[in-house]
Amino acid sequence: MFWDKKIETFDRAALEQLQLQRLRKIVRRVAAHVPFYREKFAELGVRPKDIHTLDDLRRLPFTTSADLRANYPTGLLAVSYDDTLRLHTSSGTTGKPKALFFSRQDVENAAELCARSFVMTGVTKKDVFQNMMTYGMFTGALVTHYGAEKVGCLVIPAGPGNSERQLMLMQDFRTTFIHLTPSYALYLATFLEKHGVVPRRDLALRKAFVGAEPYTDETRRKIEESLGLDVYNSYGLSEMNGPGVAFECEHKHGMHVWEDHFLIEIINPATGEPVKNGEPGELVLTTLTREAMPLLRYRTRDITSIITKPCSCGRTHHRLNRITGRSDDMLIVRGVNIYPQQIERVLMAQSGVGRNYQISLEGLDEMTVKVELAEAGFEGQVEQLMKLQSQLAEKLRAEILVKPQVQLLPPGSLPVSDGKAKRVIDNRKL
Amino acid sequence: MNDVKIVAAFAENKPGQVAHFTKILAGANVNIRWLAVASTGPFGVMKFLVSDPEMAYQALKHDGFVAKLVDALAIEVPDKPGGLHAVADCLAKHNINLDNASGFIANNRAIMILEVPDVARASDVLQKQGFRVLSQKELPVFKQD
Repeated sequence: MFWDKKIETFDRAALEQLQLQRLRKIVRRVAAHVPFYREKFAELGVRPKDIHTLDDLRRLPFTTSADLRANYPTGLLAVSYDDTLRLHTSSGTTGKPKALFFSRQDVENAAELCARSFVMTGVTKKDVFQNMMTYGMFTGALVTHYGAEKVGCLVIPAGPGNSERQLMLMQDFRTTFIHLTPSYALYLATFLEKHGVVPRRDLALRKAFVGAEPYTDETRRKIEESLGLDVYNSYGLSEMNGPGVAFECEHKHGMHVWEDHFLIEIINPATGEPVKNGEPGELVLTTLTREAMPLLRYRTRDITSIITKPCSCGRTHHRLNRITGRSDDMLIVRGVNIYPQQIERVLMAQSGVGRNYQISLEGLDEMTVKVELAEAGFEGQVEQLMKLQSQLAEKLRAEILVKPQVQLLPPGSLPVSDGKAKRVIDNRKL
Repeated sequence: MNDVKIVAAFAENKPGQVAHFTKILAGANVNIRWLAVASTGPFGVMKFLVSDPEMAYQALKHDGFVAKLVDALAIEVPDKPGGLHAVADCLAKHNINLDNASGFIANNRAIMILEVPDVARASDVLQKQGFRVLSQKELPVFKQD
């Protein structure tokens, strides 16, 4: 199913022509209205009229999250303050957040892209949408909220947590699709199981849009099995409107990037040079239609690769593979690069342990992986638990090349966050 | 075969854990007659012999704990020198390993709680040798309350 079949199946040459037009326009606008970009252009000796082809994109400066913080709060605005309609912020772990402004057209476009993304998986106006993302400054909930309203769905702005109430709402209003983080999806599955609710039998759920934290295909399968629905991977970041940048179609094989609104590059994060087609690297996005706060070549820090092969759904927009990590999340332990997703993969494949985990780093590179014991992993004997721990430590060593300590904990001991789960506690004194 | 069910629960090795479990069991009106704690490093396993193992198991599970009902043997041994040795000797002769063992005296009767890999076989062997292998109902400790 299509929301806007014409643009979603646009001929590649025409799509690229449209991209070029929009790129040239946005470069002219930022040069005229945003001092930050004007100075960057001057440094690089590039003028708006030098952009003749899409390849000329590479002559333009990168924008980083540090640039967003440095220009907080209004430094990157390309419209007058009176023409802004909505403010979101992106959480900052240190110091100021990133301020992200939307114009009326930006709010409209973000909703449009979410509508496309929902309809692409078969959502119609008959569906009931329970939004379990955090409302407020975070883009995750509000942007999809507007998108589902655009489709005509009944929208229940539940927000995250309070699982008793989530269950009541799902039962009473026959919710058919939900939007949530992978960690909350896993928690909710455990909650329903504990309360004797069999989703396939007792609820009307059919789909879940899962995003805001990277997760693995193993996690997707666990969520699908335990909640009895189809999980669609979704990608977005507050700097790029939030959700709706790239979503999966019904084939669940890579996420279509809405290329009439975003230009994609995949670069080597160390050199800034493009990688070969299909190879993994850092995703760099340029907004093509943003009015209030256009961003050129924004370094997402997300590691992925691009699929340029045509998709059997008929959409011509290229796809992104699952995000395999954030260049920010990477840990270096005893000189080895480790992504938390590698650890997650091992834990998901191991029976007898739960779905939540935490990596703690102490002292001089001592790594402990904390994981919750599940009932299936308990035979009532201490010796058997010690064996389970050493088995897991060995499997982790095979995957990440560093042997961690494994610590089993009772279920519910590890924090489940509403937004982004805090997986890594680094207390090293190096 | 006669056997008894022990409730085993997984816990962190830190102060207050036993109290936490005993509170849950008290709330479920389950009477505890025997308790064993085995711990190693950051975690441990608590084992309870209780008046209603199924109820205790459900109560712990309901409160989010990982628990399991474990089969064990309750053997009544003569309360005199050599009484325990006769049991141990019988198991040794049949090459049966003891995973865990402990004992208590209740109402002037000596009871051994044994955890072995093959409960059915150990039960047979001991019964053939004339030992009293008690069922859950026969446990004397619960009759007097």
